[in-house]
Amino acid sequence: MQTHRAKRVEITIEQVMQSRLTTAIENAGVTGYTILPVFGGSGRSGKWARAGQISRAEGMLQVVCIVRPEKLDPLLKAAFAVVEKHIGVVCVTDCEVLRAERF
Amino acid sequence: MADIFALAAQNLISPVVLSFALGLFAALVRSDLSVPEAVAKALSIYLLFAIGFKGGVSVADHGIDAGLGLSLLAGVIMSALIPFIAFGLLRVLSSIDRLNAAAVAGHYGSISIVTFVAATSVLESQGIAAEGYMVAVAAAMEAPAILSALWLVSRGSNGHRMDSTLWREILLNGSIVLLVGSFIIGFATGPEGMEDISGFIVAPFTGVLCLFLLDMGLVAGRGMQKGHHVLGMGAILFGVLMPVTGSIIGFGCALLLGLSTGGTLLLMTLSASASYIAVPAAMRVALPEANPSIYLTLSLGVTFPFNLVAGIPLYLALAQAANGG
Repeated sequence: MQTHRAKRVEITIEQVMQSRLTTAIENAGVTGYTILPVFGGSGRSGKWARAGQISRAEGMLQVVCIVRPEKLDPLLKAAFAVVEKHIGVVCVTDCEVLRAERF
Repeated sequence: MADIFALAAQNLISPVVLSFALGLFAALVRSDLSVPEAVAKALSIYLLFAIGFKGGVSVADHGIDAGLGLSLLAGVIMSALIPFIAFGLLRVLSSIDRLNAAAVAGHYGSISIVTFVAATSVLESQGIAAEGYMVAVAAAMEAPAILSALWLVSRGSNGHRMDSTLWREILLNGSIVLLVGSFIIGFATGPEGMEDISGFIVAPFTGVLCLFLLDMGLVAGRGMQKGHHVLGMGAILFGVLMPVTGSIIGFGCALLLGLSTGGTLLLMTLSASASYIAVPAAMRVALPEANPSIYLTLSLGVTFPFNLVAGIPLYLALAQAANGG
């Protein structure tokens, strides 16, 4: 089956930044993304877990976008402006999609 | 003094405080006990609705007077000014830098609604009435401290740290909307409305509070384990001295306002408590460089348990002494 090259961008970021990040992504021309809950983890800022959070201050989530290669740079620039000072990880991987016209 | 200790002892063996202690113990011994996130959220929604509704009914029952406006004004002023005292005290007592000290100060100017709920529960158990509008004062005290904290960081030029989205998130955060909204519903429906739903919001209240405080104990205990290494003795001392300082300010305001014994306790509790819901979220957005382990551990791991176990009985004894019982 015919597949098409695309880029998968995973941004793990603090919950409080969710709307700011998705707004920036949309403004960069990327309208398709998925928001995923994440259960916990450990990083430079220590361990954290989804359970036992009484405020949104410590929780994390993941925003996943799949875009055409030419849309990658604008997306990363927009995302970086939001996540620069915050706890999180931005990861880009190559992937293949079946319906290129959707991205 | 003997009365204070008797009240403190009585408070210590209440189901509410013991539930908190159980959660704290479970966390400190690394038990896998946990309250599911959605359940904890539902419990907090119940408590906020119940406390807001009861406050509204009380105001509907007794009528609005000048005390409401003056108490709101006093609450806003205290919330804005307490961060400056907290900032100075923390800088004197510890080596925490300016940015983190300002972030901590913002938490102490704002309020802990759970501590407020615990104080109302103590009043109910003692059969002491309070001004119903103190719920509105609690809502009004959430936000001004955040502005003071940001001013402390940037010395008056905080504009670049606040945007309209953050303003909306602070002023319309879920807790404030629910608290004020249920207060208005209680005010609009009055005692008749209370009669309709009292089986839901009066009888189960203390039991639900126990479960919520069990979860709070777990959260506080895990916060202590995670964050104790970032706090020195000076900072921990601050976590105990600051609520006492705040309560004295609240006590003075309550005397000036002529509040009842119950109202005095609630205003003291509000000014003594530190936020761990609204302010941490705002600080993560506005001051991402500040270390959340410092401010969350102080407000949740030191000041909250102190207020729950020792602070509230102490404040109540003072309020009773001032108001003659």
